[in-house]
Amino acid sequence: MKMPGARIVLECLKRQGVDLVFGLPGGAVLPIYDALYDFEGLRHILVRQEAAAGHAAEGYARTSGRVGVCLVTSGPAATNLVTALQDAMMDSIPIVAFTGQVPTHLIGNDAFQEADNVGITRPCTKHNFLVKDGNDLGPIIREAFHIASTGRPGPVHVDLPKDILVKEWDLVWPERVQMRSYNPNYDGHPGQIKRAAKLLARAKKPVLYVGGGVISADASAELRELAELGQFPLTQTLMGLGAFPMEHPLSLDMLGMHGSYYANMAVHHSDVLVAIGARFDDRVTGKVDAFAPNAEIVHIDIDPSSISKNIKVGVPIVGDCRRVLVKLVEAFREELKDELSPVVREGRRQWAAQIAQWKHDVPFQYEWSDDVVKPQYVIQEISNATGGEAFIVTGVGQHQMWTAQYYKFKHPRMWCTSGGLGTMGYGLPTAMGVQAANPGKLVINIDGDGSFQMNSQELATCFTEGLPVKTVIINNGGHGMVRQWQRIIYKERYSAIDLPQIPDWVRLAEAYGCVGLRVTKPSELVPAIEKMIATPAPVILDVCVDKDECVFPMVPAGGANTDMILTPPTREVRDKAAKSQTGF
Amino acid sequence: MQNGSEPRKHTISVMVENKFGVLSRVAGLFSARGYNIESLSVGETLDPSVSRMTLVVRGDEFVIEQVTKQLHKLIDVIKVTDLTDEGHVERELVLIRVNAEPSNRAEILRTAEIFRARVVDVTPVSFVLEATGDEGKLEALLELLRPIGIQELVRTGKVAIARGPKTRVRRVEAPKKPRVADDPKVVGFAD
Repeated sequence: MKMPGARIVLECLKRQGVDLVFGLPGGAVLPIYDALYDFEGLRHILVRQEAAAGHAAEGYARTSGRVGVCLVTSGPAATNLVTALQDAMMDSIPIVAFTGQVPTHLIGNDAFQEADNVGITRPCTKHNFLVKDGNDLGPIIREAFHIASTGRPGPVHVDLPKDILVKEWDLVWPERVQMRSYNPNYDGHPGQIKRAAKLLARAKKPVLYVGGGVISADASAELRELAELGQFPLTQTLMGLGAFPMEHPLSLDMLGMHGSYYANMAVHHSDVLVAIGARFDDRVTGKVDAFAPNAEIVHIDIDPSSISKNIKVGVPIVGDCRRVLVKLVEAFREELKDELSPVVREGRRQWAAQIAQWKHDVPFQYEWSDDVVKPQYVIQEISNATGGEAFIVTGVGQHQMWTAQYYKFKHPRMWCTSGGLGTMGYGLPTAMGVQAANPGKLVINIDGDGSFQMNSQELATCFTEGLPVKTVIINNGGHGMVRQWQRIIYKERYSAIDLPQIPDWVRLAEAYGCVGLRVTKPSELVPAIEKMIATPAPVILDVCVDKDECVFPMVPAGGANTDMILTPPTREVRDKAAKSQTGF
Repeated sequence: MQNGSEPRKHTISVMVENKFGVLSRVAGLFSARGYNIESLSVGETLDPSVSRMTLVVRGDEFVIEQVTKQLHKLIDVIKVTDLTDEGHVERELVLIRVNAEPSNRAEILRTAEIFRARVVDVTPVSFVLEATGDEGKLEALLELLRPIGIQELVRTGKVAIARGPKTRVRRVEAPKKPRVADDPKVVGFAD
């Protein structure tokens, strides 16, 4: 049966199991929106700016484990979407983005709202397609979802010229996707897994270093089994938070630039470091020569190009984190059949004592104040109020790092943050996607006053689409993270960082039909959080916090992780930090 | 990443899907990651749906390892082979327009004969020579012609093929059993 290309697109989405599309219409995709008018079984959420559609799809994908979908028009809409695509690319989030394109006969003519969409998105997607023949619509959409969700997940972009959407075609729907050029490897090499198990069995100072790969492979249970079986201390990256409960005695919290003292010390002094679904990002390693200098490194990752990219790895294991962990647990059990040598047992006992000492000596800490709200305190109270059972989303900046440090994450797939790209404005639209994927659940967007303003228009979407996202603005009246760097590394030469108290967040919330609350004193905080959670509508909770507060510990960019700055630094430390600075 | 070895030239053969945009994916990868391509040549293979690219890249072993992995990560890339350390034949073709005054015409022809180059265009004052060979041979030829006066030259970039009876890629099939369970209703992650 022949049908218009636009209808084929919708049919394919439905067959693919898609129930929700985030989008914004325009000239080139009018045929799709026309077909959507009476198409059943597909919810469309109208966003206010195209990047928000991309971020919402990311939030949907990260918390549901399914592919997120967004749909926008040609030209400026596609270019607006680019930030979200690159964000999904850096954080390996499976989304499929559809853009409109001018009719095929006009491509290359500098037509109205034309851009070289696939040329622009090529480096910021896992793969992209320009549909030139309507008979390819089904196979391409099928391949797009297959590529996005398998191997190392990522964004896939499909560009749809208008004439392809208008003309009638047969619906071609391949039952299976088979690509000779794309066959990710899922099972780790048994020999390497055995080597890893042997290393772990004779390690005196083992550490597991866990990233977002564990979340996307849904491998938390297997990870916990391995950690508990071997009593291995475990640290998580920003992307990995939630893969392992933070309150577990083996948890070392986050590592890296703003990671915990004990995580960075443990990694630095480890003799066997097992990286699982993590990629040795520069924010984690600091100076690479000084990263875990004495460790034998095992690296489990589904992407072969992640291995030995930044750090030379002794035992590479290419495969799906879950499948590899299952085999690694088996192999490690096998090793445990022979009793561990007394030297190893004594080493492990001392290692556990050393880590306990580090944890005791330098926990995450800040100075309490009765007068002004400390931002860390806000996160602690949100954590207490939700018991780690809420979906947490952040923007980018100081508030993001404090959330990573002070929120007690319990479960995987309940945490969304822009890790790789560091996209300010990520919070609200992503939280919208999370809320749409998880109706009736509590979704809290912890944002900064700078970050939030980059996508605050989406409050309108929250209101009209019935998405009761709660936003807590950690309001310090400026770009706090930039301020912190200027304070510590650029000798207090504060440049272009002040954001005067405009807009009035409470009134802005009300203008969008949402509820606005404000806190200026520590004593007001807990009741306000409770009120926010109890309110069924979207809420903005504006918390005016101490603007001088900095995120500690901090490793200056290019410094070694052992050079952490732990407390507001003296002039001497600041000069040293300025010198060690090798570029941001 | 610390360098593990001295940088040297590698000849890498890449089988790709013969689709539009593939060349720009490969070229874009090199520019985005800061690798230099010394030469690149592309052409169809026995199977018209597959093209073969021959790349010459300079780098130490870590750079080349990353280049190979990143190439393989591109969805349209079917197979990547580093031919450098296995027996292979490599050839390049060069067209040279050289001054040909009556006084040096004979010398040019003699030189061309030694290198088995052919004259493919003649005017009273110039020859165009066509020569093929590996890089060393062509450099030697150019060295001899330079004093006479080379006006212009065009090189194709290197093509290479492995030695021996074994064919690397005749036809590329999709694997018979897909490695991933692929239920149309499931949109989640692999398996």
